Amino acid sequence: MENIKDVVLEYVINEYLEDDEEELNYDSPLISGGIVDSFSMVSLKRFLENKYKIQIPDDKATPEAFDTVNSIVALVNSFVKK
Amino acid sequence: MGYSERIKSVYQNQLQEIRDKGIFKQERYIHSSQAADIEVEFPVGASIKRVINICANNYLGLSSHPEVIKAAHEGLDSRGYGMSSVRFICGTQDIHRQLERKMTEFLGTEDTILFPSCMDANAGVFEAILTADDVMISDRLVHASIIDGMRLCSAQHDTFKHSDMEHLESKLQLHADKRLKVVINDGVYSMDGDTAKLDEMVALCEKYDAMLFVDESHASGFIGKTGRGTHEKCGVLGKMDIITTTFGKALGGASGGCVSGRREIVEMCRQKARPYLFSNTIAPVVVSGVLKVLDILSQSTERRDKLETNTAYWRKGLSEAGFILKDGDTPIVPVMLFNAKLSQDFSKDLFEEGVYAIGFFFPVVPNGAARIRTQISAAHEIHHLDKALDAFRKVGKKYNILGKTKQEIIEMFGL
Repeated sequence: MENIKDVVLEYVINEYLEDDEEELNYDSPLISGGIVDSFSMVSLKRFLENKYKIQIPDDKATPEAFDTVNSIVALVNSFVKK
Repeated sequence: MGYSERIKSVYQNQLQEIRDKGIFKQERYIHSSQAADIEVEFPVGASIKRVINICANNYLGLSSHPEVIKAAHEGLDSRGYGMSSVRFICGTQDIHRQLERKMTEFLGTEDTILFPSCMDANAGVFEAILTADDVMISDRLVHASIIDGMRLCSAQHDTFKHSDMEHLESKLQLHADKRLKVVINDGVYSMDGDTAKLDEMVALCEKYDAMLFVDESHASGFIGKTGRGTHEKCGVLGKMDIITTTFGKALGGASGGCVSGRREIVEMCRQKARPYLFSNTIAPVVVSGVLKVLDILSQSTERRDKLETNTAYWRKGLSEAGFILKDGDTPIVPVMLFNAKLSQDFSKDLFEEGVYAIGFFFPVVPNGAARIRTQISAAHEIHHLDKALDAFRKVGKKYNILGKTKQEIIEMFGL
């Protein structure tokens, strides 16, 4: 299975970065850092749900849980069937 | 009386933080009517200075037009000053409905409903027509009032990159399962002056069974051959589902706004939109003025044609002087300075030279994209533009930025 971390990072870069010069890593603050606004989180959530065939309840899809690639991966892993 | 020293200090600290960041806003008092030449007191207490105004939304120069003022006087005499009621109790006069009909005709839609402002139209429309089963897909640079309106609505919200049709299409596919989809954008973007690709958006919305919303506040009255707006320019008159616009800019510049579009959508707003239900509508005096504005615009395209000529003259003059402009052909012409402090200093120097234009910087525009936003009007004569160009050249020379590239300006002043 491809590395979830890299899939999420690639998606975030393609989806949210306007400027190619910006750099992101697994711990870059996405929402608190102003890269992803809370509205745009929707597409990320839907992408993850479609890609990994999971359902993330709205009460788990908090700005904190979506704030870094690492925290997103932790969230996804908690729903992916082992 | 719970306003303790502790509470007071919370606000004082917040205000100090705004001052420390250098983004504390101060009003400049104008002692004349809105026009190409205005008399300004700035800073407060300073002697009054006569300057050329190139930062008003008075695109058609109708804010102080004698016929509009006369019509407003007549409206005041015949329909009074206030309504003291919301629309559906006893706050609707014949002229309110008359204006709605005229706007419907002007915009090429099915029906129209007035709102106290376009801010209110944008705040009320989404909640009135959408539910949690629906999705709003908005351009990432839409106006703040649209963002507020979307926040008040329970529908899901997603965004697409500014004017990126491929990205928009991917979002329409992503949300294919939603009951209703609305694509949301501005007709003319107020900070960059670029126009939405409404023709491509109409095609995408037809393909994916979505509605199209456009805020025409910086377009109504002058964009398109007869000034109907961006939809006229893009050749999609009659195909718009929802238009919001304002009477506070080109259409007389007083206040008020509307939602215009599909009959059912307008009717839903009349039943459910909270700013319509819980606030007085536009005062009769303003309605009378806007009716006259629409009369003037239906008689001749002279004013929008003059605006187009003025805009071309202004863009050419600034480009030839060596300034970096945002591409476009609308009367919003941003002069790019990139550095926030430079934009403020430049604005102050222009004022000294008798030209009133404002510098914008983060967070109003992206970081490192500070600018002087200039706005051209049909009220400007060539001598106004020549004098303003002289001032721009003089100040540009002072900072040694004429003919310089973005990179060179950033190297000199930083980001």
